[in-house]
Amino acid sequence: MYAFTYQKPTTIAAAVAALGADADAKPVSGGQTLIPTLKQRLAAPTALVDLAKIPELAGITVAGDTLTIGAMTRHATVADSADVKRLIPALAALAEGIGDPQVRNRGTIGGSIANNDPAADYPAGCLGLGATIVTNRRELAADAFFTGMFSTALDDGELVTAVKFTKPKRAAYVKFPNPASRYAIVGVFVAETAGGIRVAVTGAGAGVFRATALEAALASKGFAAASLDGVAVSADGLNSDIHASAEYRAHLITVMAKRAVAAAG
Amino acid sequence: MQVSVSLTVNGKAVTAAVEPRTLLVQLLREHLELTGTHVGCDTSQCGACVVHVDGASAKSCTLLAVQCDGTSITTIEGLAKDGVLHPMQEAFREHHGLQCGFCTPGMVMSAVDLLQHNAKPSETEIREWLEGNICRCTGYHNIVKAVQHAAQQMGG
Ligand SMILES: Cc1cc2nc3c(=O)[nH]c(=O)nc-3n(C[C@H](O)[C@H](O)[C@H](O)COP(=O)(O)OP(=O)(O)OC[C@H]3O[C@@H](n4cnc5c(N)ncnc54)[C@H](O)[C@@H]3O)c2cc1C
Ligand code: FES
Ligand code: FES
Repeated sequence: MYAFTYQKPTTIAAAVAALGADADAKPVSGGQTLIPTLKQRLAAPTALVDLAKIPELAGITVAGDTLTIGAMTRHATVADSADVKRLIPALAALAEGIGDPQVRNRGTIGGSIANNDPAADYPAGCLGLGATIVTNRRELAADAFFTGMFSTALDDGELVTAVKFTKPKRAAYVKFPNPASRYAIVGVFVAETAGGIRVAVTGAGAGVFRATALEAALASKGFAAASLDGVAVSADGLNSDIHASAEYRAHLITVMAKRAVAAAG
Repeated sequence: MQVSVSLTVNGKAVTAAVEPRTLLVQLLREHLELTGTHVGCDTSQCGACVVHVDGASAKSCTLLAVQCDGTSITTIEGLAKDGVLHPMQEAFREHHGLQCGFCTPGMVMSAVDLLQHNAKPSETEIREWLEGNICRCTGYHNIVKAVQHAAQQMGG
């Protein structure tokens, strides 16, 4: 690891000021992506600004059908939360399926979506549920937030502070995990929301995306696994690597989507 | 540049001067000479380095010592009490839950955390929980048996 300085502010304003003062400073939340990256010398920030001691970023609150999850909330906390299980059980199950218990004890929702790994789980949950990403400056629809491989609409020095979810009518997430890393080879989040049926896919492409052909089939033929029979997803632009070819991933998308629709009930 | 961190390690107050880039596992092994916690990979995947931070299992190779300022850490050296092995350690011994022993400290620390969440885990739940602990020797069979035995001994 290259050397860096370290600070642990206790307010969002102080964290934003620290990041603003140094263009090469980086926030650290759970560190479950950033620290391995630093160890491989793939990044060389001059300063780390630790968000762990900022009370405004922690915790889960419920107002009516809206669930707000603070950016510093750990995956294990979301997985165990009675509020999340009651309002959006599919989201609790998604968090429970991330990595392993030690990663879940440290990793956070804010870090995961800011990082936007093309195979990460939370981006699929946020896009599938049509979540709102709250930053220190603005609120963004998930559709506008995730912009491609490891990239988001966040500006330099802008922090994710929370994610707001609205309870869907029904939802489920099913992933086909890489057996070594547990990241998704393909993961599909399906939700029937007030705004329509949404199908979000992670692991298959350069970044999370909506499978519009599957959404259309479910909307026109009804929310049932059989509605997806024979609906193929194009392999164009999908990832091909030692784990799976683009054609195999395309096939898996429909299979995982069917399983998710069945699981959503 | 060095900074000062204060934490509790196996019940003892510790203050150390570290660089911000010092990993928790380096603080434990190199500064405090607690070499029971192992490092088996560079990719945060093997779990040989698992310790408890404020009671929750975490990979000490993927945590900075400065992030742990003010916390209470338990390592494999902190499990035995008055020279008597922890029931999980005893169960690994009894059921031959190790061969070379390299993964064992992390396995034991992870398994102890499992029983804090789930006093009576099924075989499947044990295997799923140990997802982040890799063993290249045993084939896991006796590790699972050891955890089941410890759960019984501990009254689950
Ligand atoms: C062995 C292993 C297995 C894993 N398996 C999975 C898996 O199956 N599925 C999955 O989805 N993930 C997986 N992960 C990744 C894990 O979920 C990470 O915790 C997560 O991707 C990043 O969250 P973090 O809080 O650790 O972020 P950090 O590592 O602290 O930060 C990640 C990036 O986001 C930036 N950042 C952090 N917080 C904020 C914020 N609030 N606002 C703006 N920028 C911010 C940081 O500067 C950094 O660039 C795995 C990780 C490991 C080590
Ligand atoms: S040394 Fe392998 S996970 Fe920490
Ligand atoms: S006993 Fe050798 S790695 Fe597990």
